[in-house]
Order: sequence, then structure tokens, then C-alpha cells
Amino acid sequence: MIHQTSFVAVAIFAAFVLGVLALSFWLGRKGQSASGYYAAHGQIHWFVNGIAFAGDYLSAASFLGICGMIAFSGYDGFLYSIGFLAGWIVALFVIAEPIKALGTFTFADALDSRFNSRGIKLAVAISTLVVSVFYLIPQMVGAGSLIKPLLGLPHEVGVILVGVTVTLIVVTAGMVSTTWVQFIKGSLLVFFCGVLTVLILGRGLAVNAGRSGDENLSPQMKTVKPDGTVLVDGVPQSKDHDLRPVGTIRRLPERFGDAQSTGPLGPLAYLSALEDSTIVTWSGKKHVDADGSHTTYSPVEKRGSDLLKPGGYFKGLTTGKLADRLDFASLMLALFCGTASLPHILIRYYTVKDAAAARKSTVVGIAAIGVFYVLTLFLGLGAMTSGGLDPTDTNMAAPLLAKSFSDTLFAVISAIAFTTVLGTVSGLIMAGSGAVAHDLVENVFGVQMNDHEKIRVGKLAAVGLGIVAMALGILFRNFNVSFLVGWAFNIAASANLPALVMLLFWPRTTRQGIIAAVTVGMMASLAWILLSADTFEKVYGLPREMALTPFSQPGLVTIPLGFLVLIVVSLLTTPPTAFPTSRR
Amino acid sequence: MVSDHDPRQSGDGTAASPVGLALFWVYVALYGGFMALVLVRPDLLSLRPFGGVNLAIVSGMGLIAAAFGLAVVYMILRAGR
Repeated sequence: MIHQTSFVAVAIFAAFVLGVLALSFWLGRKGQSASGYYAAHGQIHWFVNGIAFAGDYLSAASFLGICGMIAFSGYDGFLYSIGFLAGWIVALFVIAEPIKALGTFTFADALDSRFNSRGIKLAVAISTLVVSVFYLIPQMVGAGSLIKPLLGLPHEVGVILVGVTVTLIVVTAGMVSTTWVQFIKGSLLVFFCGVLTVLILGRGLAVNAGRSGDENLSPQMKTVKPDGTVLVDGVPQSKDHDLRPVGTIRRLPERFGDAQSTGPLGPLAYLSALEDSTIVTWSGKKHVDADGSHTTYSPVEKRGSDLLKPGGYFKGLTTGKLADRLDFASLMLALFCGTASLPHILIRYYTVKDAAAARKSTVVGIAAIGVFYVLTLFLGLGAMTSGGLDPTDTNMAAPLLAKSFSDTLFAVISAIAFTTVLGTVSGLIMAGSGAVAHDLVENVFGVQMNDHEKIRVGKLAAVGLGIVAMALGILFRNFNVSFLVGWAFNIAASANLPALVMLLFWPRTTRQGIIAAVTVGMMASLAWILLSADTFEKVYGLPREMALTPFSQPGLVTIPLGFLVLIVVSLLTTPPTAFPTSRR
Repeated sequence: MVSDHDPRQSGDGTAASPVGLALFWVYVALYGGFMALVLVRPDLLSLRPFGGVNLAIVSGMGLIAAAFGLAVVYMILRAGR
């Protein structure tokens, strides 16, 4: 669909970008130390850090991806919300306080705290960079994908705009400015999602929302010809001839009689009424021939009770195929274990003063993130029945839901969608910058640097990573980005979690065991992903049957493999005689 | 040969607290139970034992609420440390 550029959206986004840049330059006006650049001097208040956790963690995938998945597939999108939040339990109860005590600037500091090993620093720095890059790509591609329909600018402009802004945020005041940008973003995101949810409940449910009569349920076809021309039902696409927006209620529950609208509903009454309603959802089927690619979008009437149970997206839950169920179990395990293994999340623990502050900030983070994920259910279901969905783009569900209320709200939500990218990307670049400058240059290559030089190298690394992120965002513009976030969680959980957990709980853990676990976990999860059916089909364009792994998500195999490798290698190598446990 | 320093017994803050680990296992049981239900008997999640909202939504919301509830309990039990 062609979306009209909103001047208000451009203005709000520009105001936000200029605002955070001004804040960053203001915060960076004083002289800095390495501790200030990498860890904000450990002086961030725990409440601010907690909301910054939300700003760091709630990426475009959470906001746009989950809302879109719920809007088009129902309950299964909410399973992502449950899994993403559950990971914070590992962070709070197992990781938060020990990692604050073990580390200084980076994740490698913590894993290496008892060994002083260049091998550990090298392995963990590489794993940090791999995870960060896998996480960066979907954020940058997401920025590029959003900017065209929302602001009317080309994909490359979106990527470069985000890349330059984020790089400036990071190099001006490092972790201090990054924290405040994430705090602002986290606050705005949760607040405006709350506003949208109140509006959804206030509007209630209505038959054929946004239409004067019955919805036109004839299929729609979009054709992209080899020369790039786009046709809708055989006629060139234009503002006057475009795909129809979709997503309506066909029938309300009998208890509402002949009424066409329920009026305002409470949260439970809203869910209950939706379950008893009949809803029209649309799905696309694509085929390619010499005339181009043709996608036919067809309506299906579904009972609300079918949309609000598992199996709409994860088809294996209803087909009963063992491999499909293992694939789902593997994804849920990776989400549970991945959060506490993400380097850009872990380094946030170094920005508070002590273990108590680390604990309290995690609780605040869980509260903010938990509220947000509860709201995603209402946002997704509200979008599903708003009558304004773009059948070609699930990621636009949340902004288009806002548009069904007002153009101004659409502009605000669009601008916030960009800020989600800014907040997460700045955290990722900060983590990567520390891995390059502090772990690789200083600790692995042994380059002796004073405080000023450490900051300069960190800033250069941030600029380099920003350029790499922009290049990848442009290079992977047509890549199916949803895979990459799942990949990042799987790789992080497989490479980092076994080493971190065993270091904390098994005194027999050795330096070689940690190096082997990080390396094998990272390589095995990467290899599994590259050889999986999803990658064969959606990346290589090959038949799924050619895949060499029985299911696509590696975590179920590669996370235990990481633990096993660490145990075996540790038992085969000389144990440490004593652990120096003081922070360096 | 066994190390002379057991991180589990450490008083230097480098070990997770026993209370935290106990609460962690409580949540693992809840999360694992929910995922087992989704995997093995997804049909049960369509039941509506609590008014008009089905078990899938009640248990999903419950898991999110439980995470926050356990986090608050942990913060209270660890207050001052």
C-alpha cells in the first residue's frame, strides 16, 4: 500500500532526533574518563537504568514485529512476548548481581575475571561482535523499511539517518548519552502504548470498522513486474488505485444483539467479546513467473476463539509434527536463555553503583517491559480489528492502528517507532565499541593506552561500527529480518550463557573450558542456522527438504552443547588453584 | 584436585543468592509447565475457566504477572543487601 507522508511525523521525528543530539552534546561537553565513556562512571540511578533497560531491550522487533504478528496471526505473537519477558528472570535471579561484581566495562571482563586470559577475551569479544552485528542488521533494515512509508524517504536515507544519529549519540558522551536516550525512548514507548490501549478499549469492538458498509471480501492481487512496476489487480498502483486496508470484525457476539458496536469495554470484557466474535483475517500467497511476482491476498473468516489460542503462526503446534514442536520448544528456550546473554544488555549492569542497584534496576526493567508486553496483546488485537491493516506489511500494524484513531497519533507512533531503533542501536554500538577497544585492542593485542586514548579508540570503534551497521542495513535491505533477531538470541544463548552460568556455579570451570564453550556454542549455533530449513527456503531460495538440520531453531541442541563442551574440556584441563575475585 | 574457592559460597557478591535461585526455579517450573501445555495439550488452553477469557490468555498474562511478582518478592527479601 502507498502510505501518505505525514508532515507532523517528520516534524516530531526531527524534533526528537535534534533533542537527543542536543542532550548528547550537552552531556558530552565535560572531559571524560574511560570509566565515564564505557560505564557512565557507574553513577546512573537504578530507576533510570531500569527504564533504560526497557529502552535498550524493546527493539523494533518487539514493538512492530510482535504487534504485527498478533494482528495477523493472533495469540502466537503473544508467545514471543512471554518468552522475551521470561528471559529477564534469568537476568535478575542468576546474573545481575554477580556480573556487577565481576565486570568493569564489557562482558569479556566478567568471564575473564578469574583467569586473566587473552584467549577468553578474544573469544568473548568475537562473540560480542557477532551477536551485536546480528542484532544490528534487523534494526537498521527496520529503520530503512519504515522510513519510506512513514516519511516518504528512500530506504538508504532511513538507514543513514539512524546510523549517523546513533553514532553521534555514542561518540559524544558514550554510555551516559546512550543511557538517557534509552531512558527517554523506554518511557515514551510504554506511555504511548498505554495511551493507545486506553483508546482501543474506549472504542470497543465494531463490525466493519472504518467502513460505511460491508467490507469488500474479494481477493486482491499485487504484482511486481521485472522492471519494478507495481500493479494492483492488474492496474498500475497509485494513491487512487491501491490495495484495500483489511482487518475487520464480521459479527459481534450474540449477547450484543443487533448492535454494530460494543461501546467502551474493560480489558477482560474486550478479550472475552473478541473471543466470541467472528473476524476476517487476510493472508497472502505468492507465486513467481516470467511476468514477475504475484501475491494474492485472500480473506478468511475465523472465530475469535481460534485466533486467541496457540497455533496461528506456529502451525506445528496443531499439526502434531515432532520436528515442528521441537522447533518451537527450541525458540522458547533461546528466548528464555538469550536475554541474560546479550552483551548490550549485560553492560548496562556496569552503569550502576553496586549490586543492590543492579537488582533494583532489573526489577524496574521487568515492570516496564512486562507492562509493555501485556499492552502488545491489546495493540495487536486492536490492529487486527481496526480495519486499517496493510495486507502487504505486518510491521506497519501498530502505526496503522494509531492512524485509525488520528493522523497526529499516527505521527507520534511513527516517530516512536524510529526511536525504538535509535535506543537499541546505540546500545549495540556501545557494546561493540567496548569489545573492539577494551577487549581486543587493549587486552588481546596488548596496546597500552592512557585514559584519553582508550576513549578515542572507543569512539573510533563506534564510528567504524556505525559505518558497518549502515552498510549492512543497505546491503540486507531485502533480507527477511525476522530471522536475525531469533538468530541473535540463539547465538547469544549458545555462546555466552553456558560459560557465564558455569563460571558462577561450578568451581571446576577452567579457562580452556570457557574458551571452548564460547567458541563451540557460537560456531555450532551459526552452522545450525545456516543449514536449517528456514534458511534454505527463505534465504537461499532452495527446497526445505534439502536442509541438513531436523528443525530450524538451534538452541535446544546448541545451548546444552555449550554446557557439555565446557564440562568436558574443564575436566580434561588443569583446574584453577584459586580465584582472584576482586574487581579489576 | 578441587579449587579452594567455591563461587557458590562466595561472600564477595560474585555468586547468585540462594533466595534468587529458589525463585528462579519457581519461575522455571511455571514457564516450563506453560510451555509443556502449549506443546503437548494446546487444546486445553482454549478452555475458559475464568469467566470469558481463555486459559491461553490467563496463563500468559499470569506468567508476566508472576515474573513481576517474584521480582518484587526478591527485592523485598534482599532489601538492605
